[in-house]
Amino acid sequence: MSRNQELTEGIIRGDRENVIRLVREDLEAGRGPVPILNEGLSPGMEKLGDQFGRGEVFIPELMAASKAMNAAMEILRPLLEATGVEPLGKVVMGTVKGDMHDIGKNLVCMMLRGAGFDVIDLGVNTSAEQFIEALENSGARILGMSALLTTTMNRMGAIIETIRKASFGEEVGIMVGGAPLDEIFAANIGANGYAKEAPLAVERFKELHAALRP
Amino acid sequence: MANLLYEKWLDGEGVLVGDGAMGTMLQATGLEPGDAPERLNGENPDAVRSVHEAYLRAGSDVITTNTFGGNSLRLALHDAGDKVFEWNKAGAAAARQAADAQEREVIIAGSVGPTGSLLQPVGDLHFDEAKDDFAEQCAALAEGGVDVILIETMSDLEEVRAAIKGARAVCDLPVFCTMTFDTHGRTMMGTSPEEAVRAVAGFGVQAFGSNCGNGPNEMEEIAGKMFRAPSGFPLIIQANAGVPKMEGNQVVYEAGPERMADHARRCSDLGIRYIGGCCGTTPVHIQAMIEAMKGSGEQGSEES
Ligand code: B12
Repeated sequence: MSRNQELTEGIIRGDRENVIRLVREDLEAGRGPVPILNEGLSPGMEKLGDQFGRGEVFIPELMAASKAMNAAMEILRPLLEATGVEPLGKVVMGTVKGDMHDIGKNLVCMMLRGAGFDVIDLGVNTSAEQFIEALENSGARILGMSALLTTTMNRMGAIIETIRKASFGEEVGIMVGGAPLDEIFAANIGANGYAKEAPLAVERFKELHAALRP
Repeated sequence: MANLLYEKWLDGEGVLVGDGAMGTMLQATGLEPGDAPERLNGENPDAVRSVHEAYLRAGSDVITTNTFGGNSLRLALHDAGDKVFEWNKAGAAAARQAADAQEREVIIAGSVGPTGSLLQPVGDLHFDEAKDDFAEQCAALAEGGVDVILIETMSDLEEVRAAIKGARAVCDLPVFCTMTFDTHGRTMMGTSPEEAVRAVAGFGVQAFGSNCGNGPNEMEEIAGKMFRAPSGFPLIIQANAGVPKMEGNQVVYEAGPERMADHARRCSDLGIRYIGGCCGTTPVHIQAMIEAMKGSGEQGSEES
């Protein structure tokens, strides 16, 4: 098995210890952080993401892989920044007010962190005011909102309206998700993006980040 | 106090008919969306009792207490982590009152839902903490007078095990359990119906099955799979009336009373011993389900 395959396999199996060891060894051998990430680790997350979408693996596998990915990113992040790779930026995330479902949102947070985003997670039951405050204090211009109930998803539109009224509101890119939502609903409430599953969500957040950069 | 209906059923007699949704019916009585439905057990027990009465009028044999989210981890999200005992006991008592006013015998199932946290090693929650939480809730339900503990909507076998251990630690009541297989035919943690039946057989429950999920079509597949897996205990099926969809500002569940009635008949023909509904199922659905099962039951007795 090639080095990259070993890294990829380590992520897919969620073998945190092994992934950490492999990354350290590669760095010591003089390999750069960028190829370790792009050729070794990320393909593992992508493969597992596809398997998750097809129902071949489930939450435990995705969680374990995300934890391994996050551990690797802890090591790589400072090195990536030193090589001038721009960090992916900050994201504020939360489940909307009245809604206590957070398993899906947490998965999205973990995978965003694994992909290199700096995530500020506000937890569950988050009001428009709390979202605005976090955006203001952190300077983040990307927001992710999750809702699992038909009652709470119907409040997302009003939350977006309130956020847009803040002084910086028009600059914020807003992603929404959660099982009862779909693309059409997201467009109707004025969100900038939607994703059905966490692995796809990471892609959409990256696209949004790229689109927002001046 | 021995429940004769339960004793006879355990000996193999008849099919128990459960009830349907509680939360949606309570919302009509002033429950704030997003608030803990269990609060009403303490603050408006009459509203809770009247939902039970509606199901009893429809003909339910088993009524399920309004305590699904009544463990301390869940109630803490509503700043009510200290209300576990009070609200669970009051919830059981509201059902007890409704049941005792009946001439026929009724079984009260004390609802115990998931903690909402993922257990180690996937999440952070320690097995013993989960077990203690469930024990605290079950003790209150027992004190309030439930006949069985019904552990519902579970996704993780470890959490099921914690809940059963918790219940066993504080009471001698029969323990029933149902899991939700809503993700490609498995629980969101990846457990299949067959795997669940095999595992739970080792945990020692009096009945096991499936609830909630995507609707009657998927549930019939799950029921078939469970039935073919050797279990030794009676099976429970409580399906959603489909997945909720928005039509304008209204939440609509796609399976009407007729579809649920047909579903109930299929389940009873298959040999499922406790059939009810879940989200989106109303007393009207339950009544239709009972009618349909009467028909199939008569056919069955003619044959034998
Ligand atoms: C687990 C669960 C619970 C757990 C939640 C635990 C937790 N910590 O989150 C508990 C038991 C606590 C719970 C409680 C309730 N629940 Co619940 N629950 C579920 C269940 C079975 C699975 C949800 C889940 O975690 N799925 C797994 C994750 C990984 O998937 P996901 O959340 O969809 O997330 C993925 C994507 O949507 C996306 N995503 C998620 N968020 C975001 C955000 C962004 C920005 C993006 C881009 C993507 C994205 O990525 C994720 C990963 O791929 C669903 C049924 C279902 N299949 O959806 C019902 C369900 C959502 N619950 C429901 C109900 C009714 C309730 C209760 C009201 C029950 C009650 N009577 O108390 C309470 C509500 C409490 C509250 N106020 O919020 C109903 C909602 C129906 C409706 N009309 O709205 C459902 C649909 C069940 C049903 N079939 O009817 N529930």
